[in-house]
Amino acid sequence: MDLAFEQADLAFQQEVRAYLDEVLDDELRRKLSQSKNGYVDKEGQVKWHKALAKKGWVAPHWPEEWGGPGWTATQKYIFDVENARLGTPIVSPMGVRMVGPVILAFGTDEQKKKFLPPIYNGDVWWCQGYSEPGAGSDLASLQMKAEDKGDHYLLNGTKIWTTHAQWADWIFCLVRTDATVAKRQNGISFVLVDMHSPGISVKPIVTLDGPIENEQEINQVFFDDVKVPKENRIGEQDKGWTYAKYLLEFERGNTYAPSIKRAIKKIRRIAAAESDGCGGQLIEDAGFRDKINQLEIEATAMEFTELRIFAALSAGQAPGPESSILKCRGSEMQQRVSELVLEAVGVYGHPFIADTFAISNEPRPGSDYAGPAAPAYFNYRKTSIYAGSNEIQRNIIAKLVLGL
Amino acid sequence: MDFSFTEEQTLLRNTVERFVQDKYDFETRAKIIKSDDGWRKDYWQQFAELGILAAPFDEDHGGLGGSAIDIMVMMEELGKGLVVEPFLPTVVLGGGFLRHGGTAAHKAEVIPAVIGGECVIAPAYAEPRGRFNLADLETTAKKDGEGYVLNGHKAVALGGPWADKFIITARTSGGQRDEQGVTVFLVDKNTDGLSTRDYPTVDGYRASEVMLDNVKVSADAIIGDVDNGLELVERVMDEGIAALCAEACGVMKQLVDKTIAYSRERKQFGVAIGSFQVLQHRMVDMYLNYEQSVSMTYMVNLKLGEDATERKKAASAAKVQIGRAGKFIGQNAVQIHGGMGITEEMDVGHYFKRITMIDTQFGNVDHHMRRYAALSE
Repeated sequence: MDLAFEQADLAFQQEVRAYLDEVLDDELRRKLSQSKNGYVDKEGQVKWHKALAKKGWVAPHWPEEWGGPGWTATQKYIFDVENARLGTPIVSPMGVRMVGPVILAFGTDEQKKKFLPPIYNGDVWWCQGYSEPGAGSDLASLQMKAEDKGDHYLLNGTKIWTTHAQWADWIFCLVRTDATVAKRQNGISFVLVDMHSPGISVKPIVTLDGPIENEQEINQVFFDDVKVPKENRIGEQDKGWTYAKYLLEFERGNTYAPSIKRAIKKIRRIAAAESDGCGGQLIEDAGFRDKINQLEIEATAMEFTELRIFAALSAGQAPGPESSILKCRGSEMQQRVSELVLEAVGVYGHPFIADTFAISNEPRPGSDYAGPAAPAYFNYRKTSIYAGSNEIQRNIIAKLVLGL
Repeated sequence: MDFSFTEEQTLLRNTVERFVQDKYDFETRAKIIKSDDGWRKDYWQQFAELGILAAPFDEDHGGLGGSAIDIMVMMEELGKGLVVEPFLPTVVLGGGFLRHGGTAAHKAEVIPAVIGGECVIAPAYAEPRGRFNLADLETTAKKDGEGYVLNGHKAVALGGPWADKFIITARTSGGQRDEQGVTVFLVDKNTDGLSTRDYPTVDGYRASEVMLDNVKVSADAIIGDVDNGLELVERVMDEGIAALCAEACGVMKQLVDKTIAYSRERKQFGVAIGSFQVLQHRMVDMYLNYEQSVSMTYMVNLKLGEDATERKKAASAAKVQIGRAGKFIGQNAVQIHGGMGITEEMDVGHYFKRITMIDTQFGNVDHHMRRYAALSE
């Protein structure tokens, strides 16, 4: 066992640090400081994606044939840490992290050629069509109908909680191709749908953080007689559940600790700027400091759990049920971070700033960092709900890890 | 010992409950908080006509002579409806300052105006750098002939955009955090030199930053004693806490009930999610947290009349309980509602937002833990 990086890794770390620092421009930094959810607007997101793509770094876990950088597990980890350290935008995961790996693993050569380059280059925006109003935690109960019409499917139904559907060019969907099966996991197919197809409409879902128009995070997508050519199906008909599960492990297999550690630094900065009402600064308050330190210790435990899990994986492999461990603990820590920020800003958690990205001549009530505090706290309640609620994750751990 | 309510109290509760049921449904409230004004002035008038605004005031001034328990039952019902009209700032806090420290002239003029719905009061006690310390004041009031000149910046005055008058705490002597030297002023909003920056709050209310730039007031504006205002401020804030705890109980009751109802309706894996033991135990804990909060709310409202140390301890203890229970109940209500819980279209999220911000109002859990500890030494 050895913690130290080798010389080559240290050089790599310097290279990553220098490039990220160079391409994260002032405009992106300003928007990020005001973000309620780690994303900026579409323009900023695309700018960041393209900056990484240009350098060949946007899809670290893709094979080199398709633009992956061929990094070792250590290099990938260094890249994640350096991004977190600087607080760069989240690269929209639906393309490179979700549908990308599925196409790579199960797509045809034609599908790879058609879909992978624009994903890599950031020329198309993808969204995910999994959940339905009646199929959340119980995803296999999904009902969106795909009728076999010979050379195409005819889609009818609806998908919900669709992140950034209003910006998307394509959606990957789980659809019901056979409703007669006894086991509901059967009879599901995985299809890629052009969002510009006739019959698709997008309805914004306004979340508690109060997004402005077109900046909403989630949507409901309606499909009314939408034609999807059969060549847009991934793998075999009725076998979509296998591909969906493969994707879910990627979805849940994030690193959390580096970004949580960065957020803890931010809490320390805020607490150093806020007064404690007793002539000192909040950071001098023993009780508040205890909470920050407790969180940092937990984040360190998380960091080493992540290192153990990722070190055990060979390149390109999905993390399996261990990803549920990361998702539970990681999402709960993200929520605690947002709680502490809200606590730190005191009474200035109250004012609501609708458009946090806007530049205004009028000074805001309270410090700039106070504006997104409560909205972020409200927004981050999602993390223990989405991508399989934490109750579901614990069920998975109980069954697949503990064998109960 | 008796934990029953008087006929008058039951009547007041029913009045507010009926108002909320008939006129403050979720859709109506959504419209109110999105409107330009952010409140219904006509509703405020109806509050006056129903006698809601008169409850705590002496009969001599046109009031009903009610007690803290009267306020408690009404606040609980207002909490259930997430009513944004400024009952707490105007009647509980504003009314408290007037009742305990107002001059004969204030009582004769301002109290009847409050009761009649013609005068909204917004207390402006917080400051940008004061955190929750009521004595940490950078706002100054300097003697100027017979009157005073006020300068400073007061933070997040809830109800500020609708206010006719502000109650402003300022330093007339002493150092920035001294207990001595705090004085309370009642200031008309349209006084020269006073300006506001109005904004909505994250939980659907309206508030103001209040800027004081050489605001001249006469000595008649003083509530209570010069330099000795802090005890008055603390007393009124403790009454505010007692009322806020009752509002929180109303909010928590809704969160618990709505979550139980949702868990019965929502089906996954072919059954209602309320049949899962892990969620049953969670909801039981929510319920236990709620019941403990009701008990603490009774406790603080019954102890408001005791000596200052007992009263302060009671208020801080109750506020800690409400803060912790509110967080647990709010977070789990959203969690059990799943994705629906984080949408604006579902009411549960609005209760969650309110219960979250209640922790910050009048000092959060940490602040009151420390206050309780200091009083227990």
